[in-house]
Amino acid sequence: MSILEVNNVSIRYLTGDFKEIGLKEYVMRKLTRNYHVSEFWADRHVSFTLEKGEMLGIIGSNGAGKSTLLKAVAGIMEPTEGWVTRQGNVAALLELASGFDGDLTVRENAYLRGAMLGYTRKFMDETYDEIIAFAELERFQDRPFKQLSSGMKSRLAFAIASMVQPDILILDEVLSVGDGAFKKKSEAKMKEIIAGGAATILVSHSLSQVEELCTKVLWLEHGEQIACGDTAILCDLYQQYLDKTITLDQARENLAP
Amino acid sequence: MENKVNSVFARALHYQFLFEELVKRDFKKKYKRTVLGMAWSILSPLLQLAVMTLVFTKFFGRTTPHYMIYIFCGTLVFSFFSDATKGGMSTIMGNAGIFTKVNVPKYLFLLSRNVQALINFGLILVVFFVFVAFDGLPFTWKFLCLAYPVGCLILFNIGIGMILSALFVFFRDIQYLYDVFTMLLMYLSAIFYTIDTYSETTRKLFLLNPVYLFIRYFRKIVIEATIPTIWFHLLMAADVVIALGLGCFMYKKYNTKFLYYV
Repeated sequence: MSILEVNNVSIRYLTGDFKEIGLKEYVMRKLTRNYHVSEFWADRHVSFTLEKGEMLGIIGSNGAGKSTLLKAVAGIMEPTEGWVTRQGNVAALLELASGFDGDLTVRENAYLRGAMLGYTRKFMDETYDEIIAFAELERFQDRPFKQLSSGMKSRLAFAIASMVQPDILILDEVLSVGDGAFKKKSEAKMKEIIAGGAATILVSHSLSQVEELCTKVLWLEHGEQIACGDTAILCDLYQQYLDKTITLDQARENLAP
Repeated sequence: MENKVNSVFARALHYQFLFEELVKRDFKKKYKRTVLGMAWSILSPLLQLAVMTLVFTKFFGRTTPHYMIYIFCGTLVFSFFSDATKGGMSTIMGNAGIFTKVNVPKYLFLLSRNVQALINFGLILVVFFVFVAFDGLPFTWKFLCLAYPVGCLILFNIGIGMILSALFVFFRDIQYLYDVFTMLLMYLSAIFYTIDTYSETTRKLFLLNPVYLFIRYFRKIVIEATIPTIWFHLLMAADVVIALGLGCFMYKKYNTKFLYYV
């Protein structure tokens, strides 16, 4: 039994006039028939499975549907079609530095984030020092969170999330934060977690990182699944596609057996 | 059925830590940068009460017996209602940064805000009883009945908070409309006047206002030392069921839609 199974998932995303318009505008536009809500498929027929200890890299240009897919895996969104089954708990790190409260202190934020990730108070009490040490924020514990630099915020977020041994860990552009030294440290930590048996999903714009860390790769483009499989082959093709030496169709042909 | 209850219970336990942290956060944020901190939760309703008593006894010459307690019943209930619902309105929008990143039940944010309002209410309630004692009103066993309107009011606030917070995601205009509405509701709740001189029909119409029912219940017990009729109880329960039912329905229906609007 796979630890994570994403079966033929399609997600329809709503966009259009409904955002940021007030009641008056809504009524006016309804009356003048100028009210448009468009739907588009952020993801279409995406399927993959993930086993223990595997690390899946998701690549694709901006707007390919990566983040939306991750939200479905994390359970924040529900797939419009298809289904996702998870065996075990999911820890999702999406857009790291957001979701913190600027008015609270580092310590309070750490506890709040820990609670959001489903940790217990006991666990937080035990690992709090370790988290702060890992994030190198010992001197900032009682400072308001908004005084921290964005690098520090991401370091804290990473440190908290990496404390637990989740069955499924989702990382969205996580490793691209922090300076060189912290990057090394976080990569080492990542490898430790994967070795501990977690299944990990990584979204990164750094292709070299994906090549180095991931055991398989899912390539999305405009919500469509181009391929899912071997890291080296897919990264190579993706690089060629980015360099515009091949088109998407040629890449597909290359992949066809 | 038993399984379902068990799973709800397990979920509640699972989110207990998060819930506690949210309550703490709401508290810290509320009293940030105030010198008196929590003292304000008692001071501000008391000052309000002082102003009202002064204005209506000195300028309008009210002679209702136990007039200060009469007003206090009104402001006590009304400030709890308006604090909980006004604060509750922004709970979904205000926590968008959290529920779009982590899979947590959205009602937790509203409940945490309601706990804060409830603690405030509890503090004022203690002061209220002190005032009642000073006023020379007798404490009877009937005071225990006050648990009923308080319980109903808590649930009613949660229900209205759910409706408002869901609507607020779709139409931000609600906050301005609701401000006007609460003002109207305050004047219609007979906080500082009595309705005894009105016609039978008008007095019946007041029963349609749920907030008035809660206030009336308090006055009956505290000032008149009588327990309202069974119908009065049922009417209150009906209001609660309607508000809470509609609120739950909206949360259930739009649970996956909120994401697109924030």
